Amino acid sequence: MKYLTEFRNGEIAQRMAREIHAVTTRSWKIMEICGGQTHSLIKNGIDQMLPAGIEMVHGPGCPVCVTPLELIDKALAIAARPEVIFCSFGDMLRVPGTDRDLFQVKSLGGDVRIVYSPLDAVELARKNPDKQVVFFGVGFETTAPANAMSVHVAKRSGLKNFSMLVSHVLVPPAIEALLSDPRNRIDAFLAAGHVCSVMGTWQYPPLAEKFRVPIVVTGFEPLDLLDGIRRTVVQLESGRHEVENAYARAVTVEGNRPAQKLLEEVFEVTDRAWRGIGMIPNSGWKLRAAYRDFDAEQRFDISGIHAHESPLCHAGEVLRGALKPDQCPAFGKECSPRHPLGATMVSSEGACAAYFNYGRFLSADDLASAGKAGN
Amino acid sequence: MCLAIPGKVEEILEEDGLKIGRVNFGGVVKRVCLDYVPEVKLGDYVIVHVGFALSILDAETAELTLADFRAMGAFDEEFASEEEQFARAAAQSSSPCPDGSCPDDASAVKVAGKPE
Repeated sequence: MKYLTEFRNGEIAQRMAREIHAVTTRSWKIMEICGGQTHSLIKNGIDQMLPAGIEMVHGPGCPVCVTPLELIDKALAIAARPEVIFCSFGDMLRVPGTDRDLFQVKSLGGDVRIVYSPLDAVELARKNPDKQVVFFGVGFETTAPANAMSVHVAKRSGLKNFSMLVSHVLVPPAIEALLSDPRNRIDAFLAAGHVCSVMGTWQYPPLAEKFRVPIVVTGFEPLDLLDGIRRTVVQLESGRHEVENAYARAVTVEGNRPAQKLLEEVFEVTDRAWRGIGMIPNSGWKLRAAYRDFDAEQRFDISGIHAHESPLCHAGEVLRGALKPDQCPAFGKECSPRHPLGATMVSSEGACAAYFNYGRFLSADDLASAGKAGN
Repeated sequence: MCLAIPGKVEEILEEDGLKIGRVNFGGVVKRVCLDYVPEVKLGDYVIVHVGFALSILDAETAELTLADFRAMGAFDEEFASEEEQFARAAAQSSSPCPDGSCPDDASAVKVAGKPE
Protein backbone atom coordinates (compact mmCIF):
# COMPACT_ATOMS: atom_id res chain seq x y z
CA MET A 1 0.00 0.00 0.00
CA LYS A 2 1.26 3.43 -0.95
CA TYR A 3 2.82 5.41 1.93
CA LEU A 4 2.93 2.27 4.08
CA THR A 5 5.12 -0.34 2.40
CA GLU A 6 7.83 2.18 1.49
CA PHE A 7 8.25 2.86 5.20
CA ARG A 8 8.79 -0.84 5.98
CA ASN A 9 11.90 -1.46 3.85
CA GLY A 10 14.18 -3.89 5.67
CA GLU A 11 17.40 -2.89 3.94
CA ILE A 12 16.95 0.80 4.78
CA ALA A 13 15.95 -0.18 8.32
CA GLN A 14 19.27 -2.00 8.76
CA ARG A 15 21.19 1.06 7.57
CA MET A 16 19.21 3.34 9.89
CA ALA A 17 19.94 1.01 12.81
CA ARG A 18 23.66 1.20 11.96
CA GLU A 19 23.40 5.01 12.07
CA ILE A 20 21.91 4.77 15.56
CA HIS A 21 24.78 2.50 16.65
CA ALA A 22 27.26 4.99 15.19
CA VAL A 23 25.93 7.98 17.15
CA THR A 24 25.37 6.21 20.49
CA THR A 25 28.11 6.50 23.12
CA ARG A 26 26.09 6.19 26.34
CA SER A 27 23.03 4.48 27.82
CA TRP A 28 19.67 6.20 27.29
CA LYS A 29 16.10 5.38 28.26
CA ILE A 30 13.55 6.50 25.69
CA MET A 31 9.81 6.15 26.28
CA GLU A 32 7.40 5.67 23.42
CA ILE A 33 4.14 6.98 24.87
CA CYS A 34 1.84 5.29 22.41
CA GLY A 35 0.85 1.63 22.71
CA GLY A 36 0.48 1.40 18.92
CA GLN A 37 4.18 2.26 18.67
CA THR A 38 4.99 -0.33 21.36
CA HIS A 39 3.33 -3.01 19.23
CA SER A 40 5.16 -1.87 16.09
CA LEU A 41 8.53 -1.88 17.94
CA ILE A 42 8.05 -5.39 19.33
CA LYS A 43 6.38 -6.87 16.23
CA ASN A 44 9.19 -5.65 13.97
CA GLY A 45 11.95 -6.41 16.48
CA ILE A 46 13.16 -2.81 16.38
CA ASP A 47 14.09 -2.80 20.07
CA GLN A 48 16.45 -5.70 19.28
CA MET A 49 18.18 -3.77 16.48
CA LEU A 50 19.25 -0.99 18.86
CA PRO A 51 22.56 -0.63 20.72
CA ALA A 52 22.55 -2.44 24.08
CA GLY A 53 22.53 0.88 25.95
CA ILE A 54 19.32 2.15 24.35
CA GLU A 55 16.31 0.95 26.32
CA MET A 56 12.84 1.52 24.92
CA VAL A 57 10.47 2.02 27.87
CA HIS A 58 6.82 1.39 27.05
CA GLY A 59 4.45 4.16 28.08
CA PRO A 60 0.83 4.47 29.18
CA GLY A 61 -0.56 5.35 25.73
CA CYS A 62 -3.13 2.59 25.69
CA PRO A 63 -6.52 4.18 26.37
CA VAL A 64 -8.22 0.86 27.00
CA CYS A 65 -5.52 -0.04 29.56
CA VAL A 66 -5.78 3.19 31.56
CA THR A 67 -9.60 3.26 31.69
CA PRO A 68 -10.38 2.83 35.42
CA LEU A 69 -11.79 -0.53 36.50
CA GLU A 70 -14.76 1.26 38.04
CA LEU A 71 -15.73 2.65 34.64
CA ILE A 72 -15.34 -0.78 33.02
CA ASP A 73 -17.69 -2.14 35.68
CA LYS A 74 -20.15 0.68 34.92
CA ALA A 75 -19.96 -0.21 31.23
CA LEU A 76 -20.69 -3.85 32.04
CA ALA A 77 -23.69 -2.85 34.19
CA ILE A 78 -25.11 -0.63 31.43
CA ALA A 79 -24.46 -3.24 28.71
CA ALA A 80 -26.40 -5.86 30.71
CA ARG A 81 -29.62 -3.77 30.68
CA PRO A 82 -32.35 -5.19 28.44
CA GLU A 83 -33.17 -1.83 26.80
CA VAL A 84 -29.54 -1.13 25.83
CA ILE A 85 -27.51 -1.74 22.67
CA PHE A 86 -23.93 -1.28 23.91
CA CYS A 87 -21.37 -0.33 21.25
CA SER A 88 -17.59 -0.36 21.59
CA PHE A 89 -14.38 -0.64 19.63
CA GLY A 90 -13.30 -4.28 19.46
CA ASP A 91 -10.35 -4.18 21.83
CA MET A 92 -12.52 -3.27 24.83
CA LEU A 93 -14.45 -6.55 24.72
CA ARG A 94 -11.90 -8.75 26.48
CA VAL A 95 -10.86 -6.17 29.08
CA PRO A 96 -11.55 -7.77 32.45
CA GLY A 97 -13.93 -6.02 34.82
CA THR A 98 -14.17 -7.05 38.45
CA ASP A 99 -16.43 -10.05 37.70
CA ARG A 100 -16.66 -10.40 33.91
CA ASP A 101 -15.97 -8.75 30.54
CA LEU A 102 -18.20 -7.44 27.72
CA PHE A 103 -17.97 -10.76 25.86
CA GLN A 104 -19.47 -12.53 28.87
CA VAL A 105 -22.21 -9.90 29.13
CA LYS A 106 -23.00 -10.67 25.49
CA SER A 107 -23.08 -14.41 26.10
CA LEU A 108 -25.48 -13.79 29.01
CA GLY A 109 -27.89 -12.05 26.62
CA GLY A 110 -26.64 -8.45 26.56
CA ASP A 111 -26.77 -6.70 23.17
CA VAL A 112 -23.08 -5.81 22.78
CA ARG A 113 -21.81 -4.73 19.36
CA ILE A 114 -18.43 -3.86 17.88
CA VAL A 115 -18.45 -0.80 15.65
CA TYR A 116 -15.75 0.50 13.29
CA SER A 117 -16.67 4.15 13.81
CA PRO A 118 -18.68 5.90 16.55
CA LEU A 119 -20.88 7.27 13.73
CA ASP A 120 -22.05 3.66 13.24
CA ALA A 121 -23.44 3.77 16.80
CA VAL A 122 -25.36 6.96 15.97
CA GLU A 123 -26.80 5.17 12.94
CA LEU A 124 -27.85 2.25 15.15
CA ALA A 125 -29.68 4.70 17.43
CA ARG A 126 -31.58 6.07 14.41
CA LYS A 127 -32.58 2.57 13.32
CA ASN A 128 -33.58 1.40 16.80
CA PRO A 129 -35.74 4.16 18.30
CA ASP A 130 -37.11 1.80 20.97
CA LYS A 131 -33.58 1.01 22.26
CA GLN A 132 -31.00 3.05 24.17
CA VAL A 133 -27.74 3.00 22.20
CA VAL A 134 -24.63 3.62 24.32
CA PHE A 135 -21.14 4.09 22.88
CA PHE A 136 -18.07 3.50 25.05
CA GLY A 137 -16.09 6.65 24.21
CA VAL A 138 -12.56 5.74 25.20
CA GLY A 139 -9.42 7.16 23.68
CA PHE A 140 -6.67 9.75 23.45
CA GLU A 141 -6.69 12.93 21.37
CA THR A 142 -6.61 10.79 18.19
CA THR A 143 -10.03 9.25 18.80
CA ALA A 144 -11.67 12.27 20.42
CA PRO A 145 -12.58 14.07 17.14
CA ALA A 146 -14.59 11.02 16.01
CA ASN A 147 -16.39 10.78 19.35
CA ALA A 148 -17.02 14.53 19.48
CA MET A 149 -18.53 14.49 15.99
CA SER A 150 -20.81 11.59 16.91
CA VAL A 151 -22.26 13.37 19.95
CA HIS A 152 -22.54 16.56 17.88
CA VAL A 153 -24.44 14.76 15.09
CA ALA A 154 -26.72 13.03 17.64
CA LYS A 155 -27.55 16.40 19.21
CA ARG A 156 -28.10 18.08 15.85
CA SER A 157 -30.43 15.23 14.82
CA GLY A 158 -32.33 15.44 18.12
CA LEU A 159 -31.62 11.78 18.93
CA LYS A 160 -32.96 11.01 22.40
CA ASN A 161 -31.72 7.41 22.54
CA PHE A 162 -27.96 7.91 22.03
CA SER A 163 -25.46 8.47 24.80
CA MET A 164 -21.74 8.05 25.41
CA LEU A 165 -19.78 6.65 28.34
CA VAL A 166 -16.79 8.96 28.16
CA SER A 167 -13.27 8.17 29.37
CA HIS A 168 -11.05 10.47 27.34
CA VAL A 169 -7.43 10.99 28.34
CA LEU A 170 -4.72 13.41 27.19
CA VAL A 171 -1.03 12.83 26.45
CA PRO A 172 0.78 16.02 27.63
CA PRO A 173 -0.49 15.82 31.26
CA ALA A 174 0.58 12.16 31.36
CA ILE A 175 4.11 13.08 30.20
CA GLU A 176 4.21 15.80 32.87
CA ALA A 177 3.05 13.34 35.57
CA LEU A 178 5.66 10.74 34.56
CA LEU A 179 8.47 13.30 34.52
CA SER A 180 7.38 14.80 37.87
CA ASP A 181 7.51 11.38 39.56
CA PRO A 182 10.67 11.19 41.72
CA ARG A 183 11.15 7.62 40.45
CA ASN A 184 11.33 8.87 36.85
CA ARG A 185 14.12 7.30 34.78
CA ILE A 186 13.11 8.46 31.30
CA ASP A 187 15.62 10.58 29.33
CA ALA A 188 13.46 11.36 26.28
CA PHE A 189 10.08 10.76 24.65
CA LEU A 190 8.77 9.69 21.28
CA ALA A 191 5.49 11.63 21.04
CA ALA A 192 2.57 9.85 19.37
CA GLY A 193 2.26 10.85 15.71
CA HIS A 194 -1.49 10.67 15.31
CA VAL A 195 -2.23 12.45 18.58
CA CYS A 196 -0.15 15.29 17.09
CA SER A 197 -1.98 15.06 13.72
CA VAL A 198 -5.00 16.28 15.70
CA MET A 199 -3.43 18.54 18.35
CA GLY A 200 -0.26 19.71 16.60
CA THR A 201 3.15 19.93 18.26
CA TRP A 202 2.71 23.31 20.00
CA GLN A 203 1.84 21.72 23.36
CA TYR A 204 5.24 20.08 23.76
CA PRO A 205 7.99 22.78 23.79
CA PRO A 206 7.10 23.91 27.37
CA LEU A 207 7.45 20.28 28.56
CA ALA A 208 10.77 19.78 26.74
CA GLU A 209 12.04 23.02 28.27
CA LYS A 210 10.77 22.47 31.84
CA PHE A 211 12.09 18.91 32.17
CA ARG A 212 15.02 19.25 29.76
CA VAL A 213 13.98 16.20 27.71
CA PRO A 214 13.98 15.78 23.92
CA ILE A 215 10.49 15.07 22.54
CA VAL A 216 10.39 13.71 18.99
CA VAL A 217 7.02 13.35 17.24
CA THR A 218 7.20 9.95 15.58
CA GLY A 219 5.14 7.83 13.17
CA PHE A 220 4.25 4.15 13.41
CA GLU A 221 6.04 2.35 10.59
CA PRO A 222 9.44 0.73 11.21
CA LEU A 223 11.44 3.41 9.35
CA ASP A 224 9.51 6.18 11.12
CA LEU A 225 10.27 4.64 14.51
CA LEU A 226 13.96 4.19 13.69
CA ASP A 227 14.16 7.81 12.50
CA GLY A 228 12.42 9.03 15.68
CA ILE A 229 14.84 7.05 17.83
CA ARG A 230 17.86 8.25 15.82
CA ARG A 231 16.87 11.90 16.15
CA THR A 232 16.26 11.41 19.88
CA VAL A 233 19.68 9.84 20.43
CA VAL A 234 21.39 12.58 18.41
CA GLN A 235 19.74 15.20 20.68
CA LEU A 236 20.62 13.30 23.86
CA GLU A 237 24.23 12.81 22.81
CA SER A 238 24.62 16.53 22.03
CA GLY A 239 22.87 17.67 25.21
CA ARG A 240 19.92 19.26 23.40
CA HIS A 241 16.28 19.01 24.51
CA GLU A 242 14.02 20.18 21.70
CA VAL A 243 10.73 19.24 20.10
CA GLU A 244 11.34 17.70 16.67
CA ASN A 245 8.83 16.48 14.13
CA ALA A 246 9.88 13.17 12.54
CA TYR A 247 6.40 12.61 11.09
CA ALA A 248 6.07 15.73 8.96
CA ARG A 249 3.96 14.06 6.27
CA ALA A 250 1.05 13.85 8.73
CA VAL A 251 1.78 16.39 11.49
CA THR A 252 1.95 20.19 11.53
CA VAL A 253 2.74 22.59 14.38
CA GLU A 254 -0.85 23.78 14.65
CA GLY A 255 -2.57 20.41 14.10
CA ASN A 256 -6.08 19.97 12.76
CA ARG A 257 -7.95 23.24 13.47
CA PRO A 258 -11.47 22.09 12.48
CA ALA A 259 -11.10 19.08 14.80
CA GLN A 260 -9.77 21.22 17.66
CA LYS A 261 -12.73 23.59 17.22
CA LEU A 262 -15.33 20.84 17.62
CA LEU A 263 -13.38 19.24 20.50
CA GLU A 264 -13.51 22.60 22.27
CA GLU A 265 -17.24 22.84 21.70
CA VAL A 266 -18.12 19.32 22.89
CA PHE A 267 -15.56 18.56 25.61
CA GLU A 268 -14.01 20.32 28.59
CA VAL A 269 -10.87 19.43 30.51
CA THR A 270 -11.31 17.40 33.69
CA ASP A 271 -9.20 15.47 36.22
CA ARG A 272 -9.01 11.77 35.37
CA ALA A 273 -7.96 8.69 37.29
CA TRP A 274 -5.66 6.52 35.13
CA ARG A 275 -5.87 2.82 35.89
CA GLY A 276 -2.60 1.72 37.47
CA ILE A 277 -1.25 5.28 37.70
CA GLY A 278 -3.82 7.22 39.73
CA MET A 279 -5.36 10.68 39.51
CA ILE A 280 -3.69 13.10 37.08
CA PRO A 281 -5.00 16.69 37.22
CA ASN A 282 -6.50 18.08 33.98
CA SER A 283 -5.63 14.88 32.13
CA GLY A 284 -8.93 14.12 30.41
CA TRP A 285 -11.98 15.40 28.66
CA LYS A 286 -15.64 15.17 29.70
CA LEU A 287 -18.77 16.32 27.91
CA ARG A 288 -19.61 20.00 28.40
CA ALA A 289 -22.88 20.98 30.13
CA ALA A 290 -24.53 21.62 26.73
CA TYR A 291 -23.99 17.92 25.91
CA ARG A 292 -24.76 16.51 29.36
CA ASP A 293 -27.97 14.86 28.08
CA PHE A 294 -25.72 12.56 26.03
CA ASP A 295 -23.64 11.46 29.02
CA ALA A 296 -24.39 7.80 29.78
CA GLU A 297 -23.30 8.27 33.41
CA GLN A 298 -26.09 10.87 33.78
CA ARG A 299 -28.66 8.89 31.84
CA PHE A 300 -28.33 5.59 33.71
CA ASP A 301 -28.45 5.13 37.45
CA ILE A 302 -25.38 2.95 38.03
CA SER A 303 -24.87 2.52 41.73
CA GLY A 304 -23.43 -0.34 43.74
CA ILE A 305 -20.16 -0.63 41.75
CA HIS A 306 -17.43 -2.16 43.92
CA ALA A 307 -14.38 -2.41 41.70
CA HIS A 308 -11.70 -4.82 42.87
CA GLU A 309 -8.30 -5.12 41.13
CA SER A 310 -6.50 -8.45 40.94
CA PRO A 311 -3.64 -8.42 43.48
CA LEU A 312 -1.54 -10.50 41.03
CA CYS A 313 -1.67 -7.91 38.23
CA HIS A 314 1.23 -5.41 37.89
CA ALA A 315 -0.27 -3.51 34.94
CA GLY A 316 0.16 -0.19 36.76
CA GLU A 317 3.94 -0.59 36.95
CA VAL A 318 4.00 -1.69 33.30
CA LEU A 319 2.00 1.40 32.29
CA ARG A 320 4.40 3.68 34.20
CA GLY A 321 7.36 2.05 32.48
CA ALA A 322 8.66 0.79 35.85
CA LEU A 323 8.34 -2.87 34.84
CA LYS A 324 8.70 -4.69 31.52
CA PRO A 325 5.77 -7.05 30.85
CA ASP A 326 7.95 -10.17 31.06
CA GLN A 327 9.24 -9.03 34.47
CA CYS A 328 5.74 -9.44 35.96
CA PRO A 329 5.56 -12.70 37.97
CA ALA A 330 2.11 -13.51 36.49
CA PHE A 331 3.17 -12.90 32.84
CA GLY A 332 2.45 -15.96 30.70
CA LYS A 333 1.47 -17.94 33.80
CA GLU A 334 -1.67 -16.78 35.64
CA CYS A 335 -2.07 -14.06 32.99
CA SER A 336 -2.35 -14.65 29.24
CA PRO A 337 -4.61 -13.33 26.46
CA ARG A 338 -6.95 -16.28 27.19
CA HIS A 339 -7.08 -15.53 30.91
CA PRO A 340 -6.12 -11.87 31.27
CA LEU A 341 -5.70 -10.31 34.70
CA GLY A 342 -5.35 -6.80 33.31
CA ALA A 343 -6.24 -4.78 30.22
CA THR A 344 -2.59 -4.55 29.09
CA MET A 345 -2.75 -8.27 28.20
CA VAL A 346 -5.70 -7.94 25.80
CA SER A 347 -5.69 -4.48 24.27
CA SER A 348 -4.26 -4.15 20.76
CA GLU A 349 -2.05 -1.45 22.31
CA GLY A 350 -1.24 -3.17 25.60
CA ALA A 351 2.46 -3.79 26.21
CA CYS A 352 1.78 -7.21 27.81
CA ALA A 353 -0.23 -8.27 24.74
CA ALA A 354 2.65 -7.18 22.47
CA TYR A 355 5.20 -9.19 24.47
CA PHE A 356 2.96 -12.24 24.58
CA ASN A 357 1.80 -12.19 20.95
CA TYR A 358 5.28 -11.66 19.53
CA GLY A 359 6.91 -14.40 21.59
CA ARG A 360 8.76 -12.34 24.20
CA PHE A 361 7.65 -14.76 26.92
CA LEU A 362 10.40 -17.14 25.82
CA SER A 363 13.74 -16.85 27.58
CA ALA A 364 17.04 -17.07 25.67
CA ASP A 365 17.35 -20.64 26.99
CA ASP A 366 13.86 -21.49 25.72
CA LEU A 367 14.72 -20.09 22.30
CA ALA A 368 18.02 -22.01 22.20
CA SER A 369 16.35 -25.29 23.10
CA ALA A 370 13.50 -24.62 20.64
CA GLY A 371 16.17 -24.08 17.96
CA LYS A 372 17.88 -27.37 18.85
CA ALA A 373 14.57 -29.24 18.84
CA GLY A 374 13.89 -27.75 15.40
CA ASN A 375 17.20 -29.07 14.06
CA MET B 1 -6.27 2.51 19.16
CA CYS B 2 -4.20 5.38 17.80
CA LEU B 3 -3.40 3.49 14.63
CA ALA B 4 -4.39 5.33 11.50
CA ILE B 5 -3.58 4.46 7.91
CA PRO B 6 -3.36 6.39 4.64
CA GLY B 7 -5.93 5.84 1.92
CA LYS B 8 -6.78 7.54 -1.38
CA VAL B 9 -9.94 9.62 -1.68
CA GLU B 10 -11.91 8.34 -4.68
CA GLU B 11 -15.29 10.00 -4.22
CA ILE B 12 -16.63 12.88 -2.13
CA LEU B 13 -20.32 13.17 -1.25
CA GLU B 14 -22.64 14.93 1.15
CA GLU B 15 -24.59 12.65 3.51
CA ASP B 16 -26.70 13.80 6.41
CA GLY B 17 -24.94 17.16 6.60
CA LEU B 18 -21.53 15.47 6.68
CA LYS B 19 -18.78 15.42 4.06
CA ILE B 20 -18.32 11.70 3.38
CA GLY B 21 -15.68 10.14 1.16
CA ARG B 22 -15.07 6.76 -0.36
CA VAL B 23 -11.47 6.03 0.54
CA ASN B 24 -9.40 3.21 -0.95
CA PHE B 25 -6.93 1.39 1.33
CA GLY B 26 -4.96 -0.84 -1.04
CA GLY B 27 -8.17 -2.25 -2.55
CA VAL B 28 -10.49 -2.06 0.47
CA VAL B 29 -12.90 0.85 0.11
CA LYS B 30 -14.44 2.42 3.22
CA ARG B 31 -16.81 5.28 3.99
CA VAL B 32 -14.85 7.98 5.77
CA CYS B 33 -15.96 11.27 7.32
CA LEU B 34 -14.02 14.14 5.70
CA ASP B 35 -15.46 16.99 7.80
CA TYR B 36 -12.12 17.64 9.51
CA VAL B 37 -10.25 18.00 6.18
CA PRO B 38 -12.57 20.46 4.36
CA GLU B 39 -9.91 21.32 1.73
CA VAL B 40 -9.51 17.67 0.61
CA LYS B 41 -9.57 16.89 -3.14
CA LEU B 42 -10.13 13.72 -5.15
CA GLY B 43 -6.86 11.78 -5.37
CA ASP B 44 -5.50 13.10 -2.07
CA TYR B 45 -4.26 10.60 0.49
CA VAL B 46 -5.82 11.05 3.93
CA ILE B 47 -4.80 9.53 7.26
CA VAL B 48 -7.84 7.74 8.64
CA HIS B 49 -8.66 6.69 12.20
CA VAL B 50 -11.98 5.04 13.21
CA GLY B 51 -13.74 6.30 10.09
CA PHE B 52 -12.46 9.90 10.26
CA ALA B 53 -9.77 11.57 8.14
CA LEU B 54 -7.45 13.34 10.60
CA SER B 55 -5.08 14.91 8.09
CA ILE B 56 -4.23 15.10 4.42
CA LEU B 57 -0.97 13.31 3.83
CA ASP B 58 1.66 15.71 2.49
CA ALA B 59 2.87 13.71 -0.51
CA GLU B 60 5.84 15.98 -1.23
CA THR B 61 7.11 15.70 2.35
CA ALA B 62 6.60 11.93 2.27
CA GLU B 63 8.83 11.67 -0.83
CA LEU B 64 11.49 13.92 0.72
CA THR B 65 11.48 11.83 3.90
CA LEU B 66 11.87 8.64 1.89
CA ALA B 67 14.73 10.15 -0.11
CA ASP B 68 16.45 11.08 3.19
CA PHE B 69 15.94 7.56 4.51
CA ARG B 70 17.35 6.01 1.33
CA ALA B 71 20.38 8.26 1.49
CA MET B 72 20.99 7.42 5.13
CA GLY B 73 24.00 5.20 5.63
CA ALA B 74 25.25 5.81 2.08
CA PHE B 75 28.48 7.13 3.60
CA ASP B 76 28.66 4.07 5.72
CA GLU B 77 28.31 1.87 2.60
CA GLU B 78 31.06 3.78 0.82
CA PHE B 79 33.59 3.24 3.60
CA ALA B 80 32.46 -0.12 4.92
CA SER B 81 35.18 -2.60 5.84
CA GLU B 82 35.87 -5.49 3.50
CA GLU B 83 34.31 -7.84 6.04
CA GLU B 84 31.07 -5.81 6.15
CA GLN B 85 30.92 -5.64 2.36
CA PHE B 86 31.33 -9.42 2.11
CA ALA B 87 28.59 -9.90 4.72
CA ARG B 88 26.26 -7.60 2.77
CA ALA B 89 27.04 -9.26 -0.56
CA ALA B 90 26.36 -12.66 0.99
CA ALA B 91 23.03 -11.43 2.36
CA GLN B 92 22.06 -10.01 -1.03
CA SER B 93 23.04 -13.10 -3.00
CA SER B 94 20.29 -15.07 -1.27
CA SER B 95 17.60 -12.75 -2.59
CA PRO B 96 15.49 -12.34 -4.53
CA CYS B 97 16.35 -14.95 -7.21
CA PRO B 98 19.22 -17.17 -6.02
CA ASP B 99 18.80 -19.66 -8.87
CA GLY B 100 19.38 -16.98 -11.49
CA SER B 101 15.75 -17.07 -12.58
CA CYS B 102 15.35 -13.31 -12.30
CA PRO B 103 14.31 -11.60 -15.51
CA ASP B 104 16.92 -9.10 -16.69
CA ASP B 105 14.83 -6.06 -15.81
CA ALA B 106 14.43 -7.22 -12.19
CA SER B 107 18.18 -7.46 -11.65
CA ALA B 108 18.59 -4.08 -13.38
CA VAL B 109 16.28 -2.53 -10.81
CA LYS B 110 18.32 -4.09 -8.04
CA VAL B 111 21.60 -2.78 -9.39
CA ALA B 112 20.06 0.69 -9.64
CA GLY B 113 19.62 0.55 -5.88
CA LYS B 114 15.86 0.79 -5.75
CA PRO B 115 14.80 -2.13 -3.61
CA GLU B 116 11.10 -1.18 -3.85
